Amino acid sequence: MTSGNTTMTRDTILKVEHLSMRFGGLMAINDLSLEARRGEITALIGPNGAGKTTVFNCITGFYKPTMGMITMNRRNGEQHLLERLSDFEITKKAKVARTFQNIRLFSGLTVLENLLVAQHNKLMKASGYTIMGLLGLGSYKREAEGSIELARQWLEKADLIDRADDPAGDLPYGAQRRLEIARAMCTGPELLCLDEPAAGLNPKESLALNTLLNSIRDETGTSILLIEHDMSVVMEISDHVVVLEYGQKISDGTPDHVKNDPKVIAAYLGVDDDELEDVIHEELDGGSH
Amino acid sequence: MEYFIQQLLNGLTLGSIYGLVAIGYTMVYGIIGMINFAHGDIFMLGGFAALIVFLVLTSFIAGVPVALALLIMMVVAMLVTSLWNWTIERVAYRPLRGSFRLAPLITAIGMSIVLSNFIQVTQGPRNKPIPPLVNDVFHFGEVTVSLKQLVIVLVTAVLLTIFWYIVNKTPLGRAQRATEQDRKMAALLGVDVDRTISITFIMGASLAAVAGTMYLMYYGVASFADGFIPGVKAFTAAVLGGIGSLPGAVLGGLLIGLIESLWSAYFSIAYKDVATFAILAFVLIFKPTGILGRPEVEKV
Amino acid sequence: MPNTNSTAKETAPGVMAQAVKEGLLAGVLAFGMFLLYVGVETYQNIDNALVWRMRWGLLAIFVAIAAIGRFLVVGFVKPHIDRRKLAKAKAGIPEVSDEKGFFHRHFLKIALIFLVLYPPIIVSLNGVQGSLKYVDNFGIQILIYVMLAWGLNVVVGLAGLLDLGYVAFYAVGAYSYALLSDTFGLSFWLLLPLAGILAAFWGIILGFPVLRLRGDYLAIVTLAFGEIIRLVLMNWTEVTGGTAGISGVAKASIFGIWSFDVGADNNFAKVFGLPMSSAYYKIFLFYVILALCLITAYVTIKLRSMPIGRAWEALREDEIACRSLGIDTVKTKLTAFAIGAMFGGFAGSFFAARQGFVSPESFVFLESAVILAIVVLGGMGSLTGIAIAAVVMIGGTELLREMEFLKHVFGEDFTPELYRMLLFGLAMVAVMLFKPRGFVGSREPTAFLKERKAVSGSFTKEGHG
Repeated sequence: MTSGNTTMTRDTILKVEHLSMRFGGLMAINDLSLEARRGEITALIGPNGAGKTTVFNCITGFYKPTMGMITMNRRNGEQHLLERLSDFEITKKAKVARTFQNIRLFSGLTVLENLLVAQHNKLMKASGYTIMGLLGLGSYKREAEGSIELARQWLEKADLIDRADDPAGDLPYGAQRRLEIARAMCTGPELLCLDEPAAGLNPKESLALNTLLNSIRDETGTSILLIEHDMSVVMEISDHVVVLEYGQKISDGTPDHVKNDPKVIAAYLGVDDDELEDVIHEELDGGSH
Repeated sequence: MEYFIQQLLNGLTLGSIYGLVAIGYTMVYGIIGMINFAHGDIFMLGGFAALIVFLVLTSFIAGVPVALALLIMMVVAMLVTSLWNWTIERVAYRPLRGSFRLAPLITAIGMSIVLSNFIQVTQGPRNKPIPPLVNDVFHFGEVTVSLKQLVIVLVTAVLLTIFWYIVNKTPLGRAQRATEQDRKMAALLGVDVDRTISITFIMGASLAAVAGTMYLMYYGVASFADGFIPGVKAFTAAVLGGIGSLPGAVLGGLLIGLIESLWSAYFSIAYKDVATFAILAFVLIFKPTGILGRPEVEKV
Repeated sequence: MPNTNSTAKETAPGVMAQAVKEGLLAGVLAFGMFLLYVGVETYQNIDNALVWRMRWGLLAIFVAIAAIGRFLVVGFVKPHIDRRKLAKAKAGIPEVSDEKGFFHRHFLKIALIFLVLYPPIIVSLNGVQGSLKYVDNFGIQILIYVMLAWGLNVVVGLAGLLDLGYVAFYAVGAYSYALLSDTFGLSFWLLLPLAGILAAFWGIILGFPVLRLRGDYLAIVTLAFGEIIRLVLMNWTEVTGGTAGISGVAKASIFGIWSFDVGADNNFAKVFGLPMSSAYYKIFLFYVILALCLITAYVTIKLRSMPIGRAWEALREDEIACRSLGIDTVKTKLTAFAIGAMFGGFAGSFFAARQGFVSPESFVFLESAVILAIVVLGGMGSLTGIAIAAVVMIGGTELLREMEFLKHVFGEDFTPELYRMLLFGLAMVAVMLFKPRGFVGSREPTAFLKERKAVSGSFTKEGHG
């Protein structure tokens, strides 16, 4: 992928081209290009400090990239250049939703309210930007009931229905993670970006998360881009893995391909000096792929 | 040109006073992230302490040398306001540390109301005039420099040097900076956080007391209501310079002093405070962290 | 604090020794603090020179109060509280606020009925003329603050934006009414909504550039704007009358049918053949402000359960998360600012009609601080709590004016009014220390699936802006 004018295949949902992000003297991301395909779970992995979260923040508009182009292809054929949109427009117009590494719930609102806030734009429109709703006119009432119904569906999927009326801050950690994902899904995204969804989860919660993510992909057709450290999660659920190191892509392919890529092994495990030499030799022998 | 230099000097004098008060705001904000609304009133208390000491002193010893009188006024004012600020921190702010963020702000506003009304009740609502302490003036061509202006600028400069030394070169300063960076970590590393915060309040109060004494000497009156406007301006100075930054507070103070005196001189006295506040708003809108403040990186 | 007596096991003599020590320390401290300010009285003599004299007696009282107070707290109050806490912990009773759904609802209804019946009750007790003080000083005064605090609550309590210049919008409303009724002779009922709209407009103008500022920066800029507006009102003499203000502001009428102008043919008292009194006007105003408060409450409650209100509260909880959900935070903040300002504007125009006089004096920072204090003391976001706080704080200080009997205690030249703000400030500090989350710390959710459960204050956040 060297130039931006490669014809966009129908099934590419997100295309990142020559993305660079500089913080002062630090090049957090350097000329990164990657693609995520529609209906797939794409994982972005890499050692600490590789720039994964920075990529996420560029995609979701929280950072303005120094250089590069990020294209989002909506299902209806619309194309959005994400680097030109501000963060909230990316969710609103380009239909990209995200979660955060440090969970960001509205802890003083109930679980249900969290999911209703996520449906803000739809409800605002239905309430005639508050004015009609205040007067009890228009379709607001119906739409409000619909939004609760949607919230209920996601609560059931995320196994949170029993806690619906409790404050979000009162949930255990794993449930908070699931709630954050359910909340992002309530914005009706086509691409869901998850920043380390399995971090801090116990094996049981981790399993529940896998189920939730698989059901999101299979039942709603939402594509997922995720950052993850937990290799078992990555290998089990991803369709496609991109590996970053020092802000650059070092590998890209199916989980199996990446798992056996010596560069990845070197980057991840760290290697002794002589082993490193072996790796480099292999690399050179292996030639270009 | 002479007129301009004259105004510059006046602004510098006023700015020195604002700068001294601003340091108290900025230090407290830096260390516990709270706008200490009562700080302006601590400044007012300092002025009153100096005034009362002056009265008592001159009635006992008729011909006390002015320099000595000023020194005693300053030292007593520093002691008394330190005591007050230390107690206020203990009683009204410390119990709320780590609680709801607005709670200490409200107690600070409450304390500010208490202090100004306390002085109004105990010392009366009227302005308290004292005879001029320092009268000498020097003429440089058209420009007049009064000795009291020189004293103010000089005292400020000396204090700032001492202060700079304490913050940057002593273990105490290190403890302060560590507490400012990360209170929990500092505590784990053996910094007595409570004590450090107390000392910060004492230092802030001492500087405010000096500023109060200077203000009294400069204008020759004290009033219970003197805490608010200079307090707000000093706080404005702290924000303008970049809250949390010590050089910023001084710079901000000088700028506010200059803006005020130049605006009064060339435009209109009536709108001088409007100019100050408007410039503050502009700076914050275009450079929200102030002039020397560290840019706040939004952590996502 | 070097308190080692926190465990109840410690023997009483240890506690007593500690108490004596701390009491003495407090006495010494108080001596240092009060020696100059209380011990020395400064006054101007016959030659207008400032002189002084000692007030040893007063100083001794201050020091004694501090010492004995501290002694009692350390020796008796604290051990008592600790014992109770311990007993509670042992009994395993969780400190959850009781379910008060039923009483709660009842309480609101009773309060409303009481408010509606308040003027007739007062009139029947004190006569028409005698009711003036109670209806005006207590009723109207408190309700104005209730309305202002409810308006500010939208900005601070719901959206979590710290606004220290709220009084500016109150001023805009008051001056709008005073100037427009003066210049164009428009009626109160026309100008009331107009004043609200103008204030909202100012809210947007001032809010737009500053709302991307965070936290304390926003606070200081709003304070600056509040001061700018006051200073302009004070200095723009040709239009606003400067410090003298505008007097003779037209009174409100009962929808143009009956007037309260003494000379008018349709004067209320004349038409109904009643003796002339300004009390009728005040009673009428009481109902006007009561209606305005109810409208404010209704709109706030309604908005809270609409997407915009939920977005406000979400904004208070986490702004970044809001943006990640596609919420335009700038617009959301602006609406909060505008709506809060609008209520301030309504209250302002009402204030002008009630006083018949406006001057910059009424719109100083202290007013903003008092309104903010009421919001926080009440419990951010809770309308009931805020109303209680307004009654306690404003009613309490008004009550002080009435305490004539104190003169018998402290002597004839004792003026309780002098202590009004001093006590107000002390009360602010005390309430915050004992109830940092305000009178009503919990929050009512706006939607529920199965049951409505109040959210404890420990989960709600206070916003960053």
